[in-house]
Amino acid sequence: MVSRESDWEGVRLHVVTGKGGTGKTTVAAALALALAGEGRRTLLVEVEGRQGIAQLFDCPPLPYEERKVAVGPGGGDVYALAVDAEDALMEYLEMFYRLGRAGRGLRRIGAIDFATTIAPGTRDVLLTGKVYEAVRRKHGGQPVYDAVVLDAPPTGRITRFLGVNAEVAGLAKVGPIRSQADSIMGLMRSPMTAVHVVTLLEEMPVQETADAVGELTAAGLPVGGIVVNGVRAPMLKQTDLAAAVKGRLDRDLVAKGLDAAGVGVPATAVDALLAGAAEHAERVALEKSERRTLKALHRPMYELPLLVEGIDLGGLYVMAEQLCRQGMA
Amino acid sequence: MSASRMGPVSTPVLDLDEVIANRSTRVIVCCGAGGVGKTTTAAALGLRAAEQGRQVVVLTIDPARRLAQSMGLDALDNTPRRVAGVDTSRGGSLDAMMLDMKRTFDEVVLAHSSPERAKVILENPFYQSLSSSFAGTQEYMAMEKLGQLRAQDRWDLIVVDTPPSRSALDFLDAPKRLGSFLDGRFIRIIMGGAKTGGRAYLKVIGAGLGAMTAVLTKVLGAQVLKDLQAFIAALDTMFGGFRERADSTYRLLQASGTSFVVVATPERDALREASYFVERLGEEQMPLAGLVLNRVHTTGAAALSAARATAGAETLSDSGEHPVAAGILRMHAERMRLIEKEQSLRGRFTAAHPRVPVVDVPAQPGDVHDLDGLRIIGAALADGAR
Repeated sequence: MVSRESDWEGVRLHVVTGKGGTGKTTVAAALALALAGEGRRTLLVEVEGRQGIAQLFDCPPLPYEERKVAVGPGGGDVYALAVDAEDALMEYLEMFYRLGRAGRGLRRIGAIDFATTIAPGTRDVLLTGKVYEAVRRKHGGQPVYDAVVLDAPPTGRITRFLGVNAEVAGLAKVGPIRSQADSIMGLMRSPMTAVHVVTLLEEMPVQETADAVGELTAAGLPVGGIVVNGVRAPMLKQTDLAAAVKGRLDRDLVAKGLDAAGVGVPATAVDALLAGAAEHAERVALEKSERRTLKALHRPMYELPLLVEGIDLGGLYVMAEQLCRQGMA
Repeated sequence: MSASRMGPVSTPVLDLDEVIANRSTRVIVCCGAGGVGKTTTAAALGLRAAEQGRQVVVLTIDPARRLAQSMGLDALDNTPRRVAGVDTSRGGSLDAMMLDMKRTFDEVVLAHSSPERAKVILENPFYQSLSSSFAGTQEYMAMEKLGQLRAQDRWDLIVVDTPPSRSALDFLDAPKRLGSFLDGRFIRIIMGGAKTGGRAYLKVIGAGLGAMTAVLTKVLGAQVLKDLQAFIAALDTMFGGFRERADSTYRLLQASGTSFVVVATPERDALREASYFVERLGEEQMPLAGLVLNRVHTTGAAALSAARATAGAETLSDSGEHPVAAGILRMHAERMRLIEKEQSLRGRFTAAHPRVPVVDVPAQPGDVHDLDGLRIIGAALADGAR
């Protein structure tokens, strides 16, 4: 199925962000499937407590535990994990400090709650820390996961989220937290990481994409590809689109065509259909200019078709195949 | 069976003109998932209310650049500014502001502590990261700003746009979290012996305390703990005021002068989030006006089904005649399938929440970024009731 080499050889952590409503969770899931080629194992991680993965893969809510959720079109395994900040903190304390009962004491006095909610930066530290651990985890000298795909916070928060450990490094000048923060930032800024941005061909998502690319670059975080989601093909020729935008399609000819098609419709419906054509043409024109803005960002671009009926598991495989074919995986 | 017997005909329609015309409505909160048009809805409602004679201020959190520019919000100075181009013939006015969370936080600090103490707080590294870069602060500060605007009493209607939270519910939970944090033992423990007033209390905790401080030192490192202690000590005098205001803003949200408008689009995730929100508002006894369903697709040719349009397009393609009509039929088929999907999602929501009034806002061909665009949305928001 894979017809060319991936554009992201060597990348182990694929971070997928995008403006809310652009379908970043769906794209992250499709990418995790696409990367699960023969004999490979990928991990799809969500960090926002929304159980979006379980809904997409139609399985019960994910616990704080890695579970196999699908087999990729290339035969590899896709695992999924919903990271919970509290559990991640307890795990972290256990792993690095062997706290045992004292750890539970921290929960009792509200320190865990403080760390994961009141001081929300800590939450991001924990979530990125868990992702880091999954990327670096080894079994028998080999990485457990060939790739980790992170369904990350939206574009508005992504730079802060990924850069939170630099923030921590500023607070903690020495000590265990500092060295952990430095290691995480090291991974995030390395060529092993790529931050992909999902967008629609609409003004605001494209604007946020451009902003995010700028912010990520300024923060020294490696920008990956741009995934254009919900792409619809123009349904009229260029000249007809131009006419439709100006409301100059030949009404009589269209009415005749509708008759020839055997769909006799009242005159008002013909007008409604022509209005629909004008809207379509206007949108196509808008999409064209948005696509130009995206191209000017000079990042590899991938396009996924609009699935009108919504996304189910079958739709995810269709998207995964598209991503493979276009070289994203 | 007729469609009218099957369809959810009894779903009440949300009449937002009635909400904004009602002088006892003092606060409208627009909430919902990210990317559903909350800011645009808030701005459109504010403009419409102003042009109907209300003194309105719109508090936006993170507006799209061009929308912000259209409202004269290019300068982010955390103060309401008069919006030009508004029809004031009925005696109303529109101010708008964009939330600057760090500045709002700084103002709180300056207003509630002595200059020396404020200086210590503002320079503490914990304060600096808490106030400017840590997610979550935005929710507190949005609530804080809402309380401030209400207290100023310069406007008779405040329209608030909520932060693009991880979950829409963060907005409701933030003040409560602050409250429970302040009630918690953690603050006192982290302060250790530094806090003289807590002596008696510390004895109660007893031997556990030393172990706890040791654990914290081990995890955080001594220097981090010292900064954190200094920060909390400096903030200590302010905590009472903080808590009081968080509580009073929460009560304000429950008061009868407040109306929550839940915003969604006819998509699965957005409507799921809207459902959660409607349920939560009910639990918290917050007054819900209803649901604004943005970007709903419509057609003037609903009688032509997707199947017939597709069949017709195929007939034409086979004959090679009338390519334009064939394209138009395919477009229509796609739109009809989309409408069908949207209506089914909408039906699920109204079945689960039959008493929640809903208004549909038709999808616009382009983005809204001027006052005329906002007027069109405003009219659509009110149109449902006609």
